[in-house]
Amino acid sequence: MNRFTLIFLFLVTWLSVFAQTQFSTLRQLLSVPLALSPALVCYAALTHGFGVTISLAVLSGLWIDSLSASPLGVSTMPLFLLGFTLQLQRHLILRDQGFAQFWIGLGAGAGVPLLTLGVLSLTRSQPVTGGFTFIQLLLMGLLNGVACPALFWMFDFLHRIFDYRPLTTSSFRTDRETVRGRQFRPR
Amino acid sequence: MLKRTHYLALAGVGLLTLGLLNLPVSLQTQVKSAIGASFLPLFGIRAASDSLLDRAGYQVLPRSTLIDNLLRLERENAELKVSALQGTDALAENQRLRATIGAAPRGPWHLKLARVVGRDPTTWWRTLQINLGSRDNLKPDHVVMSGEGLVGRISQAGLTHSQVALVGDAECGVAVVVKETRDLGIIKPGQTLSGDGGLVEMTLLQNCPGIMAGQVVLTSGLGGIFPAGLPVGTIVDTRNENGNVFTTARIRLAANLNRLEEVWVLQP
Repeated sequence: MNRFTLIFLFLVTWLSVFAQTQFSTLRQLLSVPLALSPALVCYAALTHGFGVTISLAVLSGLWIDSLSASPLGVSTMPLFLLGFTLQLQRHLILRDQGFAQFWIGLGAGAGVPLLTLGVLSLTRSQPVTGGFTFIQLLLMGLLNGVACPALFWMFDFLHRIFDYRPLTTSSFRTDRETVRGRQFRPR
Repeated sequence: MLKRTHYLALAGVGLLTLGLLNLPVSLQTQVKSAIGASFLPLFGIRAASDSLLDRAGYQVLPRSTLIDNLLRLERENAELKVSALQGTDALAENQRLRATIGAAPRGPWHLKLARVVGRDPTTWWRTLQINLGSRDNLKPDHVVMSGEGLVGRISQAGLTHSQVALVGDAECGVAVVVKETRDLGIIKPGQTLSGDGGLVEMTLLQNCPGIMAGQVVLTSGLGGIFPAGLPVGTIVDTRNENGNVFTTARIRLAANLNRLEEVWVLQP
């Protein structure tokens, strides 16, 4: 992990929260926004440290609530709990495997909105829910399931571009050179 | 195994969440605006790119299409002028009658065109953001509509942007009347019936056997926020509830809330 990767992670999260308010075509087709914050928190929890994961979860929660009609702070706790749990259990997760990333993204994509609705039910808010909410949660799970491996691939690619590459040194040493022939004279 | 750092993080985020949720509404709105201000450059970039695309579109539009559009608009303008004349006459008559019965005169509405710049990032609120705010004299409860019908009302007015609660959202209940039968009803807040927000539920105040599919629903003017006569939608179907005491109807909204690009804000 270097500074560029970290900056990219927060930049992508910031852009993804903005993207959640845009792309009305996707909303017309699927009736769900392009919500990638759960997948991003999953990525951060499985590849970065505890501080980065928590900061990302809290910041993205606050960003989402600032653009939403939800009370401020509602989205923070579910994203934090997701990052926290994955961070604690990440030694048990096959995080380099695509299928593991997909299932974690799927669970996070459906679970975080569900938890948020749970937190909302504790406040005096009246979210608009119905039979279609189940389908929306499923679609958001699928969206994050697909996005999670894609994010791993994208950040790995950026990491390869911006991180320092290990210096490859040759094993050849001139003082150990074997010179054969009659003309050999020791140096 | 939880470490001390984990406990501290749990406690910290828990306290932050509780603190934010218990902030007074006005302070919460201010904090939201402050955090949301970080997105202003992106909203600006979006507005600039939209305008650039519009201008590029004008450049490639053929002259014949422009002339066709101009002629169509001229014709529409002439028709509207005639109906405006009729409307002015009716308004004057209405003012005279209101004065006769001692009712307060109904003032004209000032319209302000606003561009839709974003939608709610969650699926359980029906709100959108427009590019006008308190510096454009927008205030909460100003009515928002499109050319097709009622859209909602302003729920929060920031300095440069405002949040509009759409019809069907938890913060937007509308008192309505069926145009054909004059039966009164309410579109209850938070009663959206479909994922796209196009269907809402109306509860009528009594059993109304005359209500049927295809009838037009308008705002009734009761409640004080929405003026009377704004088109809301069309009845899709009806059913009787609570032993035929109430009639409930599903309404297809006149305005397509998912395709809004520009809306009108009605300022009293």
